Amino acid sequence: MKTNLNIITFCRIKNHSISINGKEVIQKDSQLTFSEFAKLVYKEKAFAYPKFFKMDNLSKLGFLASEFLFEKADLDAHIKENIGIVLSNKSASLDTDRKYQETINDKANYFPSPAVFVYTLANIMIGEISIKHQIKGENAFFVSDKFNELLLEQYTVSLIQNKKSSHVLCGWIDVDKDKYDAFMYLVAKEGTQNYSKEIIKNIYTTN
Amino acid sequence: MKDVFITANSIISPLGFTSEANLAKISKEHSGIILHSDFSTSPCYASIINNKKLDQSFSTLGNSKMYTKLEKMMILSLQDTISQSTFTISDKTALIIATTKGNIDALNNNFKPERAYLPVLGKKIQEFFGFKTEPIIISNACVSGILAIAVAKRFIQNNYYDNAFVVGGDIVSEFTLSGFQSFQAISDKPCKPFSKHRTGISIGEAAASVAITNKNTEKEAIQIIGDGSCNDANHISGPSRTGEGLYLSILSALKEAKIQPETIDYISAHGTATAFNDEMEAIAFNRAKLEHVPLNSLKGYYGHTLGASGLLEAIVGIHSIKNNLLYSSLGFDELGVSIPLNIIKNTIKAEVNTFLKTASGFGGCNTAVLFKKMTL
Repeated sequence: MKTNLNIITFCRIKNHSISINGKEVIQKDSQLTFSEFAKLVYKEKAFAYPKFFKMDNLSKLGFLASEFLFEKADLDAHIKENIGIVLSNKSASLDTDRKYQETINDKANYFPSPAVFVYTLANIMIGEISIKHQIKGENAFFVSDKFNELLLEQYTVSLIQNKKSSHVLCGWIDVDKDKYDAFMYLVAKEGTQNYSKEIIKNIYTTN
Repeated sequence: MKDVFITANSIISPLGFTSEANLAKISKEHSGIILHSDFSTSPCYASIINNKKLDQSFSTLGNSKMYTKLEKMMILSLQDTISQSTFTISDKTALIIATTKGNIDALNNNFKPERAYLPVLGKKIQEFFGFKTEPIIISNACVSGILAIAVAKRFIQNNYYDNAFVVGGDIVSEFTLSGFQSFQAISDKPCKPFSKHRTGISIGEAAASVAITNKNTEKEAIQIIGDGSCNDANHISGPSRTGEGLYLSILSALKEAKIQPETIDYISAHGTATAFNDEMEAIAFNRAKLEHVPLNSLKGYYGHTLGASGLLEAIVGIHSIKNNLLYSSLGFDELGVSIPLNIIKNTIKAEVNTFLKTASGFGGCNTAVLFKKMTL
């Protein structure tokens, strides 16, 4: 009962560069910090979504990848509404956790902020993408030591086999101190580019 | 698709270090929530595991100083579940770990900060028991524990694994406590889910674990018959005013199980005791035509145990089936939501064949899982 699935679109963000389906669409100065880079991309694309500036770097990275991906994939609203979102990374929300910890370390200078605390969960990024695109489908956030093509394939196939989702937005979105790495892809029965864990691993490592 | 069953289970909490010890306390309406004055912030109600008792229990398994509090809780719970289980660890056995914050206290204690990476926690647990597969770690806010059951079920149904050990856990840390305090979400009394007099959450710590398998050998077994995990697409830290994601999750679970709402005998709700959460749940349960079903929140016994809560509360539900008892929703007095719900005021004898476990969390996430008693 093996289902044949396809990759509809994929997006890669790393080293101050954004590519869609293997083609570079944005390249910026390598001296920029991630948040400077993200701000430039936001302005260039004129996203007009002020909530972006409240997000932590992890949510910004996931948000940008999903914007480029959905722009290219151009799905109908009724398909979008039921997309499953399965994201993963190594550091969970540790990049923001450390920033939050700094606000409570010093009892003389104690200023825990709800605006920072809310981002100390990696799945908030799934919430941000869901709100922007009105996606009410299945959600899961997995943490693994490195991009785990096997786990993501097994869960994606399970969601589609169990008829929970027709399309699944998968990805590896990691932010840790000054390092960031995003790979997001959309899987469904439709499409022409075959999906398998080997194929997706190859795309991840060569793009 | 293959049938999937929950067999062995274990709870490590302030109420006890086995499921049976926990259930004995619940049936007497004992709560783990007490006033703690040793926080550097201010005194507050929480449900916290005594470190000495934990170390004492752990000392039969390993060196207490080598493991973090959360690791000790998770290992003790898994050890209990594995020892009861009808299957042993093979290369088709998954280890699934659910947590929101893992070893977050390693950012500010004697352990190396690297310990705060969840894959490091996963490896500790994997190596302790000799699991042959890479741990699957789920960190999806407060639905993590119950979502882990759904994930295990889906993987087993699709033949990726024959069985799984699932463990969920979180600790009460200054990190999470201060965060919820900054949201002004912490109650000044032990939490009172669904009550008119509720003033917020109490937080708690626990580890819980279950064995899940495609082979049932028991006369009476608990089958996982449906699940759903849908997003509100509404707000990252506030529950949906329409209960959208929870409602959709329940519908998805019902559709998969091919059952009608009236088949459900009991709901183990999330019930955090914040004004907005409990109201949201009331709306979702009413939309799903479940307002007459006996319902409780177990947060009055354990506080909100974050990534452990859904798994822990599902285990109590399983014992409701086994013991034919519906446990009182501790802390409840007068209904404090705008539409009807059938809250369990006193523990009563009742036959439970099918129950629904739900949870909701930050990021707009929700999970619903249906469990059913199967008699061979």
